[in-house]
Amino acid sequence: MLFQQLINGLTLGSTYALTAVGYSMVFGILGLVNFSHGSVYTVGAFLTLIFFTALKFNFFVSFLLSIILTGLLGILIDRISLYPLRKRNAPKVTSLISTIGVSIFLQNLIMITWGSETKKFPLVINRGSINLFGANISTLQIMIFSMCIVLMVSLNIMIQKTRVGKAMRATAQNSKAAMLMGININAIIMITFFMGSSLASVAGTMVGMYYQTIDPYIGYMAGLKAFAAAVLGGIGVLPGAIVGGLSIGVIEAIAAGYLNAGYRDAIAFAVLVLMLIVKPSGLLGKQASKKV
Amino acid sequence: MIILFISFMTLIPFLGFSPYIMRIMILSGIYIILALSLNLLTGFTGIVCLGHAAFYGIGAYTSALLAIHFDLSFVFTAIAGGVVAAFFGLLLGLPTLRLNGTYLSMVTLGFCEIVRLVGLNWMSLTRGPMGLTGIPFPKILGWVIDRDAEYFYLVLILIIMTWVILNNLIQSRAGIALIAIREDEVAAEAMGINILKYKVLAFAISAFFAGIAGSFYAHYASFINPQSFTFDESIQILSMVILGGMGSNLGVALGAIVLVSVPEMLRGLQEYRMLIYGAVLVIMMLTRPQGILGNPKALKIPRNN
Repeated sequence: MLFQQLINGLTLGSTYALTAVGYSMVFGILGLVNFSHGSVYTVGAFLTLIFFTALKFNFFVSFLLSIILTGLLGILIDRISLYPLRKRNAPKVTSLISTIGVSIFLQNLIMITWGSETKKFPLVINRGSINLFGANISTLQIMIFSMCIVLMVSLNIMIQKTRVGKAMRATAQNSKAAMLMGININAIIMITFFMGSSLASVAGTMVGMYYQTIDPYIGYMAGLKAFAAAVLGGIGVLPGAIVGGLSIGVIEAIAAGYLNAGYRDAIAFAVLVLMLIVKPSGLLGKQASKKV
Repeated sequence: MIILFISFMTLIPFLGFSPYIMRIMILSGIYIILALSLNLLTGFTGIVCLGHAAFYGIGAYTSALLAIHFDLSFVFTAIAGGVVAAFFGLLLGLPTLRLNGTYLSMVTLGFCEIVRLVGLNWMSLTRGPMGLTGIPFPKILGWVIDRDAEYFYLVLILIIMTWVILNNLIQSRAGIALIAIREDEVAAEAMGINILKYKVLAFAISAFFAGIAGSFYAHYASFINPQSFTFDESIQILSMVILGGMGSNLGVALGAIVLVSVPEMLRGLQEYRMLIYGAVLVIMMLTRPQGILGNPKALKIPRNN
């Protein structure tokens, strides 16, 4: 029972981790919580489904198209709702509210174009399940978990080893200094949004496959939980997103198994509030010194 | 001028508006109280609260339960709703010792979701998603309020009380301290202002009036369930403050009226309403971030970086 809950928790947790990356990277570079990220996740899941079922594309082609289009949507959101504010050096509150507006807009756009009812997500990969220590582990679970981990690890390597990654880290540390060193800040921000959003699309599609249904509201809770995960691990720190995502997934699965299942969603928020009060910088984050 | 305005308002129920229009005006009244209370926190103290609906809901549930089980007068249930909400505001204000800006906003969001989920799951007290039904009409000194005109006057009195108290508060020493915190926290602290005390105060007072608004809503609607106090509701209240103008009481009252009545006028557009709503928020931020009547100073402009 416990082991089964652990497996379920790790599967969902890995998708939280993927979504958390988007929050974490944008926060690292712009110091802003991107509220539209949850809706971007929903768009990603819907795009995959539409390409696959309505347009009858091959599943992997649909998935790839969704990843690219959702990534571009991320760039578009930044260009329309955040870039003009950044250029004017507007206060952070305005950007926050602007992303909330985008989030409401996107969610309703999805409802108008594809309807608000729950849609069936076809079972694409089904190779049965294996039995390990009394727990049932489906191949889908293994696939989701390993895919998320591979993506996260390669993203980490990219950030640590490549030139683009170095430029991203420099921008996160001090964007002005990075600009003076000849780094194209706007390109870096675009790359950040593209990667964050396309990973959200991967997570959305995975969760759609896992539950075999999607509706226009999935991004709301998933987004908030992923945000809680990003904060738990340390917002702005990439390995933190993995740690936070997996922890939230596991805590939630175990709590739902042993406590009242109705409080399942409350767990992530309780963790979020407690973590922010006890250690706002997160498990892996460094306490930032206050600049006067 | 003010007397003229108030006497005009007292005439409204006699002008023969349809029950539908009266209902929209009463709802606007509830949101004016909510927006005024949030304005103290967001507009004057500079704390972006994403969980104001939680206080609204706590006030509504407190007074609904008191009215259903003990059949108390509205004066008492409203104050009780306000006080319980203020207590939670106090609790939520305490983390401000360590948190700032976005992080604090996220705590308020988490708080809002937790309150909603407790409301959904604590079946024995709140009856979960079925909500509380049969909340009695508000009674004041034996007078039972059950007509639209009476509700209108009651909400008008509540708005005037909220307005006068908050306005006096803002012009008092405490209010100046709050504005100082908004302008520059470090400088305010250096001037000897106890930041924690004033932030907690702002949270508690703001929550108190939101609780009173909730109490009125519970009696007026006679039915409440957790669906009325979601994160979207918090955003709606915040949007009123932002649209009207942070730090301007007249502005946020106007914002509340606009955001309650415009969606009603757009009823014909049905599903496009929320789409337009989202777009308006973005456009507003891009073109006039200080709101209709707002003071640009109410937005913190960073000095460096």
